[in-house]
Amino acid sequence: MHMHKFEKIWLIFGVTALLVFLTVLGVSAFYLGNQPPSCLATVDPEKVDTTAPFNEPGLKKVEGKDWDYELVFVAQAFAYTPGDVEVPLGAKVKVIATTKDVIHGFEVAGTNINMMVEPGYISELVTTFDKPGEYLVLCNEYCGSGHHMMTSKIKVVE
Amino acid sequence: MLKASLSSKVDPRDAKLSMAHFYVAFTALLVGGLAGLLQVLVRSGKFQLPFGIGYYQVLTVHGVLLGLVLTTFFILGFHLAAVSKTSGTLTNKQRTVGWIGFWIALVGTVMAAVMVLLNQASVLFTFYAPLKAHALFYLGLTLVVVGSWFNSAVIIMKYAEWRRANPGQPSPLLTFMALINTLMWCVATIGVASTVLIQLLPWSLGIVDTVNVGISRTLFWYFGHPLVYFWLLPAYMAWYVVVPKVIGTKVFSDSLARMSFILFLLFSIPVGFHHQLLEPGIDPAWKFLQVILTFLVVIPSLMTAFSLFATFESFGRSKGATGLFGWLKKLPWGDARFTVPFIGMVAFIPGGAGGMVNASHQMNQVVHNTIWVTGHFHLTVATAVVLTYFGVTFWLVPHLTGRTLTKKMNKLALTQGILWAVGMTFMSGAMHAAGLLGAPRRSSFSEYGGAAQAAEWIPYQIAQAVGGSILFIAVLLMVYIFINLAFFAPKGEQEFPVGEATNQAEKAPMVFENWKLWLGITVLLILFAYTIPFIDLIQNAPPGAKGGRFW
Ligand code: HEM
Ligand SMILES: [Cu+2]
Ligand SMILES: [Cu+2]
Repeated sequence: MHMHKFEKIWLIFGVTALLVFLTVLGVSAFYLGNQPPSCLATVDPEKVDTTAPFNEPGLKKVEGKDWDYELVFVAQAFAYTPGDVEVPLGAKVKVIATTKDVIHGFEVAGTNINMMVEPGYISELVTTFDKPGEYLVLCNEYCGSGHHMMTSKIKVVE
Repeated sequence: MLKASLSSKVDPRDAKLSMAHFYVAFTALLVGGLAGLLQVLVRSGKFQLPFGIGYYQVLTVHGVLLGLVLTTFFILGFHLAAVSKTSGTLTNKQRTVGWIGFWIALVGTVMAAVMVLLNQASVLFTFYAPLKAHALFYLGLTLVVVGSWFNSAVIIMKYAEWRRANPGQPSPLLTFMALINTLMWCVATIGVASTVLIQLLPWSLGIVDTVNVGISRTLFWYFGHPLVYFWLLPAYMAWYVVVPKVIGTKVFSDSLARMSFILFLLFSIPVGFHHQLLEPGIDPAWKFLQVILTFLVVIPSLMTAFSLFATFESFGRSKGATGLFGWLKKLPWGDARFTVPFIGMVAFIPGGAGGMVNASHQMNQVVHNTIWVTGHFHLTVATAVVLTYFGVTFWLVPHLTGRTLTKKMNKLALTQGILWAVGMTFMSGAMHAAGLLGAPRRSSFSEYGGAAQAAEWIPYQIAQAVGGSILFIAVLLMVYIFINLAFFAPKGEQEFPVGEATNQAEKAPMVFENWKLWLGITVLLILFAYTIPFIDLIQNAPPGAKGGRFW
């Protein structure tokens, strides 16, 4: 099978660029720990309200962990609990969320906080709130007729 | 040579079967396009749907009709015509199987459509559990897939027949490509058929109470990514084989075209996790592995880009073009059969680049489920792919109906393509921009409780409405052209352009026809990428979700 010389050059160039790109992604994921949210823990979706930590949604200070606070959200059609919450500026926070009914999204607009919330599963992500202001939390996975009304608010305060 | 290709017309009996598929496809375009118009108007905040129709019902119509019905029916019709043209008229038995498949798929489409119209299935075209649609909606979708299997059987039977009659010969290029797409479809649809038949249908009928969401989504996306390649490969068939003939040159390389199609078969399926990057329950190392496999399609994509531009350039130079880009001027811009697919090719450049962002392990988090994603696939499927389908329609429909594309229709077709490009630039551009600011996809108009961030998105939504309205005009034009070509254009002979390879003497290596080998590798890659994470999902499954109707 004959391949034109220019095509060989083009492919060698392209494949090299691809390898560099994938290496960057891989180093970022496994060496720097930039993995997408992939929590493996589960919860009975019928017993969310009585299972820790979802029995007490909201912000809680924690000791002896890699993060200073845990921020627990419970999603259900078409609201989040808590409906708004204050977080101290610069706090390292683990966001923990689940849902009581169907799939929802958990996106904090204007940040990289973005994850799927699925019944039976717990979704987690660690982040630092280092810019003050009011952030809109919204559902970005279709969940029913009130989907676009499903919001919460995170206020990052000094 | 021109004479030879003209004389081997698609047999009228096969033409009828193909055309039956196209009637369904273009009906879907009209109704789905209207839904698209309503969506952009609602999302501008200046318009409300009458009669208590819900936004998400309209969006389900749009996604199902354009994402599933238009594409599948067009592809099946095109595959049948391409195989009948290049491998010979179907036998009566093959044609009967084809008609059975068509009717099963049509009955399924009508069942699903009725349930959506009755508001019993406003679950969008991805029907993620545990949103629970009416059982007839799932059954309808199942029938569409089953019908497509009958049509797949026709392609496979014809291919086998050709190979028996021509031992030791590589199959005709268009038949080979249609066969690859068919095989990929058959392997991929096992996933969606499994979740629908084993999980969703029994649950919606009340036989079981709950559904395992993680498994259902994984089966869905095992199908969902190859689905987009199923849409794309027919466009590649036209780019590789038809467009060179239209402009009056040869196929750049028959063998390399086959090789790139084989690579698409191998790397399109074991990659569904790139749609599930932000999901719980799947180990990130397995996600990363599938990200790597996803990116391997870059290789056949680069091959395709090279071969297309090499074709154009060598054609231009053969016409005496000079300078780095002089060949661009020599291309037949006045011919809609070339120009409209060419606009599609250009759209695929930013479309592909955006796709690389989406599939990146980390960058996905910035854009996942924002309207950026919608902007992305309106460039890929809703521009690159459908404009190429339209470009095929301009000659294939008159070829099948014994009519011709008149100068006037050719002009309208060019206008249609340009309007589409302009409308899509506005709509998709504004979607990309708003998505980067965080605006979500699949969302009706909302001020999000007066949030300042959401107010920033509204100007972009107005731009989407402007672009979407232009697009809708282009849809109407296209439907008009289709009706003209199907029923009213003057009788005559329209060529079915099939390009020939530059180097006729160089036979494609027979290893490309070794399906034990290629399907074997396909299955091994799938097992490699999916076995362990899938067992994990089963073993660590949480209690199932009840779900229900939330609309
Ligand atoms: C008149 C032309 C079109 C317009 C105005 C239009 C508009 C839109 C809009 C505004 C959305 C997003 C709505 C949302 O996320 O809330 C959307 C979604 C979508 N469009 Fe289009 N579109 C058009 C043509 C097409 C075509 C030709 C195709 C496919 C071949 C297509 C396939 C889709 C799909 C699959 C979705 C996703 C639906 C979902 O998220 O459930 N569209 N369209
Ligand atoms: Cu939602
Ligand atoms: Cu994909």
